[in-house]
Amino acid sequence: MATLQITDLHVQIETENGPKEILKGLSLTIETGQTHAIMGPNGSGKSTLASTIAGHPRYDVTSGSITLDGEDVLEMSVDERAQAGLFLAMQYPVEIPGVTMTNFLRTAKTAIDGEAPSLRTWTKDVKGAFEALQIDPAFMNRNVNEGFSGGEKKRAEILQLELFKPTFAILDETDSGLDVDALRIVSEGVNRAAQANEMGTLLITHYTRILNYIKPDHVHVLVDGRVAESGGPELADQLEAEGYERFVKASAGV
Amino acid sequence: MENTAERNLIPGMGDEGEQLARGQNAEVQRAPRAAGQSRADRVASKDLADFPTLTGREEDWRFTPLDRLAGLHLPGGDDARLTGPAPVVTVSEHAGVTVETVGRDDARVGSVVTPDDRVSAAAWASFEQATVVTVAAGAEVPAPVRIDVTGAGSAPAAHHLTVVVEENAAADVVITHRGTAVVAQNVELDVRRDARLNVVSVQAWEDDAVHVGAHQASVGQNAHLKHVTVSHGGSLVRLTPTSRFAGERGEAEMYGLYFADAGQHLENRLFVDHNRPNCVSNVLYKGALQGQDARTVWVGDVLIRAEAEGTDSYEKNENLLLTDGARADSVPNLEIETGVIEGAGHASATGRFDETQLFYLMARGIPETEARQLIVRGFLNEIIQKIRIPDVERELTEVMEAELQVTPL
Repeated sequence: MATLQITDLHVQIETENGPKEILKGLSLTIETGQTHAIMGPNGSGKSTLASTIAGHPRYDVTSGSITLDGEDVLEMSVDERAQAGLFLAMQYPVEIPGVTMTNFLRTAKTAIDGEAPSLRTWTKDVKGAFEALQIDPAFMNRNVNEGFSGGEKKRAEILQLELFKPTFAILDETDSGLDVDALRIVSEGVNRAAQANEMGTLLITHYTRILNYIKPDHVHVLVDGRVAESGGPELADQLEAEGYERFVKASAGV
Repeated sequence: MENTAERNLIPGMGDEGEQLARGQNAEVQRAPRAAGQSRADRVASKDLADFPTLTGREEDWRFTPLDRLAGLHLPGGDDARLTGPAPVVTVSEHAGVTVETVGRDDARVGSVVTPDDRVSAAAWASFEQATVVTVAAGAEVPAPVRIDVTGAGSAPAAHHLTVVVEENAAADVVITHRGTAVVAQNVELDVRRDARLNVVSVQAWEDDAVHVGAHQASVGQNAHLKHVTVSHGGSLVRLTPTSRFAGERGEAEMYGLYFADAGQHLENRLFVDHNRPNCVSNVLYKGALQGQDARTVWVGDVLIRAEAEGTDSYEKNENLLLTDGARADSVPNLEIETGVIEGAGHASATGRFDETQLFYLMARGIPETEARQLIVRGFLNEIIQKIRIPDVERELTEVMEAELQVTPL
């Protein structure tokens, strides 16, 4: 079992008007095998949390800590975090011209595992993952994310999740822009990865829709850079019925 | 939306449309569009005297250092000629392919090319013998036809090459320029009805070479031209690839890759003349620059004439500045004289390394140095992988690897 612990995290970004604090003392603990949903209105800091865990250089941690089994994640470079078992499924996956999916997947897998995957099983695994996520095998020879539709990019992120087998996955609005069929396929991929690898999942979303497919053990409402309330799956149902208004008002002191 | 910028390939580069670059060391400008300055008004003639001696202020020469042309522009007057020994041309043998060396009076020579600048006119006025490579009607040549052009020294010389792909024929042609030369060149590509030509021109010259080459293609009805230039050698290389259509439903893909090192001047001026209806063109040129005074120029003119209804056209240029001290100019020009078209777009971007790509790869566990190498190789590879001739792709990948050893990423 592994633990990802976020303690009193403060994060700011540079803006045209100077530094702006986005996360204002966020604490959260996830263990492998658990699924935590982070929900919140636009601008509450959900994507900042995801990017900060992955180590995006734009986000400046001013205080607080992130540890993975006691190891200081904030001291790790971006690639070291991935090698340590963290995976960020990005909201806007980046296109990399001239680098084929095949080349990229093998290079990343080798970097994460510290050794090249066995050629025979790897080819089979890749093929199987493409089939499971219903991605056209022709995409293997395409360049990374190039010419992929929004839905295809999201499937390709989950494809990587299944192949790289991280300890913890952070899904940054993976459900955005997906139609019902794609949402189901993507969710099944996440559930498979969670079961196969006892993966811990941090599911960041604006909408409760994806929670019909990926069942969270814990739900946290993020408002203005802090966890405003935590609860079980019933909290998501409450949000579905009432929206974020109550939390936003409480946060604003209205 | 904050992520719009983050998804861009390189700063200033969007998924579509024009976002002229704001990259460092880059100058991007659009040519003035005053009356009489349409690309259609450019002088085209086989008479050298129709092209005044150059001052360097001409629109199509303003980026070219004339003092480095080694006299290819005949600054001494219209009676002068390029009299140095012409490069040596060898052509591989294939069934269905005829190779001839002919005189100036051969009717096929000059049937496609009409010079539209003074150096091209100087080459036309000066060459004595031309090589004509003909792919017979209906022939499908399985292996690439290799045309090796080897410089014969530093005396200013002229060179003429004619490639004819007859009706229904298909061929890959690889023209490789090597050695030392100061050469003005006309290459004409006659792609006849229903024919397919995949031609790659590699400029792998020695460091001191000066090469000014006009490539002019005629794309027949329902014919397909893929034209790729790769320039990495030489002191100054200036290419002016032009495609025109001889019938409807022709397609011209024009790709290019250039890698400029310190002091090198690599210039590419594209012209796609949509003079027939329902034709397609796609232009993509990519450049990498490294070292002090590494200099590249890309100008892409697309003219969609009034009669060219149903045209579908796109052009894009991207430059990657790997070090300080390099300069890339990028000027896309699109003139549209009819609104009845399928599409017309252009884009240009010049910039530094894309940090969003770097983050993406590192977030997948790939260490920074390896990720940077992947991105730069990928940037260059996007053109190489369009060639679709495995031997050539391998050779060029090795060349680019060697170039990348110059600058530690």
